[in-house]
Amino acid sequence: MIEAAGLTKRYGKTLAVNNLTFSVEPGQVTGFLGPNGAGKSTTMRMILGLDNPTAGEVRIGGKRYHELKNPLRTVGALLDAKWVHPNRSARAHLKWLSVSNKIPLTRVDEVLDIVGLTSVAGKRAGGFSLGMSQRLGIAGALLGDPEVLLFDEPVNGLDPEGILWIRKFMHRLADEGRTVFVSSHLLSEMALTASNLVVIGKGQLISQSSTKDFVARAAENTVKVRSPQLGELRAALVAASATVTSADGGILVSGMDSDKIGELAAAHHIVLHELSPQTGSLEQAFMQITGDAVEYHTGLDAAFEPTR
Amino acid sequence: MTLLAVERIKLFTTRSPWWCALVTLAVTIGFAALVVGNSNDAEFAATVASTQFGYGFGMAVIMVLAALSVTTEYRFGTIRTTFQAVPQRSSALLAKAVVVAALALVIGEISAFGSWFVGTLLKPNADLALNSAADWINVTGVGVLYALAAVIAVAVGILLRHSAGAIALLLIYALAVESLVQLIPGVGKDVYKWMPFNMAERFLTGDGASNGGRAAGAGPMSTAALSQGWALAYFAAFALVLLVSAIAVAKKRDA
Repeated sequence: MIEAAGLTKRYGKTLAVNNLTFSVEPGQVTGFLGPNGAGKSTTMRMILGLDNPTAGEVRIGGKRYHELKNPLRTVGALLDAKWVHPNRSARAHLKWLSVSNKIPLTRVDEVLDIVGLTSVAGKRAGGFSLGMSQRLGIAGALLGDPEVLLFDEPVNGLDPEGILWIRKFMHRLADEGRTVFVSSHLLSEMALTASNLVVIGKGQLISQSSTKDFVARAAENTVKVRSPQLGELRAALVAASATVTSADGGILVSGMDSDKIGELAAAHHIVLHELSPQTGSLEQAFMQITGDAVEYHTGLDAAFEPTR
Repeated sequence: MTLLAVERIKLFTTRSPWWCALVTLAVTIGFAALVVGNSNDAEFAATVASTQFGYGFGMAVIMVLAALSVTTEYRFGTIRTTFQAVPQRSSALLAKAVVVAALALVIGEISAFGSWFVGTLLKPNADLALNSAADWINVTGVGVLYALAAVIAVAVGILLRHSAGAIALLLIYALAVESLVQLIPGVGKDVYKWMPFNMAERFLTGDGASNGGRAAGAGPMSTAALSQGWALAYFAAFALVLLVSAIAVAKKRDA
């Protein structure tokens, strides 16, 4: 159980995380979704007590991170797979971690076996591929058999096999009753992994809901309509409580499907030149929702910005 | 104790401490061989102090070792893993300083006695016997100074977090800046009397008794303002103040 209340982090003039309040429940995978630079990693670092919040606080099972005794036994985290000394062997890395939290050393070989690194346990971690480093990081997170697990973009740079492995793995951890909190900037990935979503953009909470609800909202279809009597049509649609936005040469209607719009137009004797349902990808829809909350816009972004 | 074990595992599961230890021994014993080997009984007699001629260079290598033990943790992000495992940052960093200092002490004693032993091999007839307190301090004191120098380097490593910056600062300061202070007109020599590494030299060589065979009246080898015991206390206090401030900074800072 992770509870953040009013969590805020300011770096100089930039507000990286702004008054974030959310909670992560045990027994399910909770996705932490947001575009790059939204403040996901900063939030994760604050949960682990690595960064000090400017305001607000975050508690794990009611305690702050530094109040936990032998914290690796309560919270396991993989924030960056490269946080390993390149000349240290995988086993030595896990060994010092276990000693620090009084975890029996037999556990080191157990977790190496769980992530499938037994055969390279004595090799220096600097020679590991990204996938192997991720596995070593996960081994480190599992070391203390913790109730709470945090993973920051665990599938980044992995091949499909690795992605599938991690996805199944998280489900298993959640099924064991643990709290699993996974960040990602890909909604399509989170739709498959997480049952709950905390969505942020520009450091602010956009929504906390079940993945199903969020995807339904995100994938909500719009209908493009062109008509010589656009003004009348718009008034009629708004009166029927649909949402209308201008698009080039016509309007985009959401909250009403094309059948209803056609019937409505016929009832008002309005001529339609175009009535075309628009099905965007999940990613496009996600961009629409987090729209203004993307931190670093590029020229390309602007060109592909969904019309509203 | 747990934290000491953790830092010990971390230190010895990488290669740089082994290399630095070897280099320290090679440098100090090598210098001892050179200096003693080139001594002659008339002008430059071999003395206990002259067998320890290279200790300053060995100390430089020790400081590199100690600084790297911290800065590589920042470089590779393992400091975050450390603080994640041990959120009490002061305990974690203090344990690191203790372990590195202990290693420096051991390396220092081996290199000091090794240097002295090489000296006695090369000049069996010179008066190199350790037969006074001054002689003993001059040899055993090297390890103590290495331990304190290691604490200074750990502190600088914590403060600067970058290997190149920390090492450059430490080496330039210990090997050059401090003695160059003497060149400041007027106050230079007086300021130098209070500089920490000059104090360290004072502790090691005292009033020059361990350098006894040399031209009479050469006097103390260091100009530092305090007596031998107080000079050590001064150097130790300097190291501790640096460490305490570094830990205070690390506690407030984002890791």
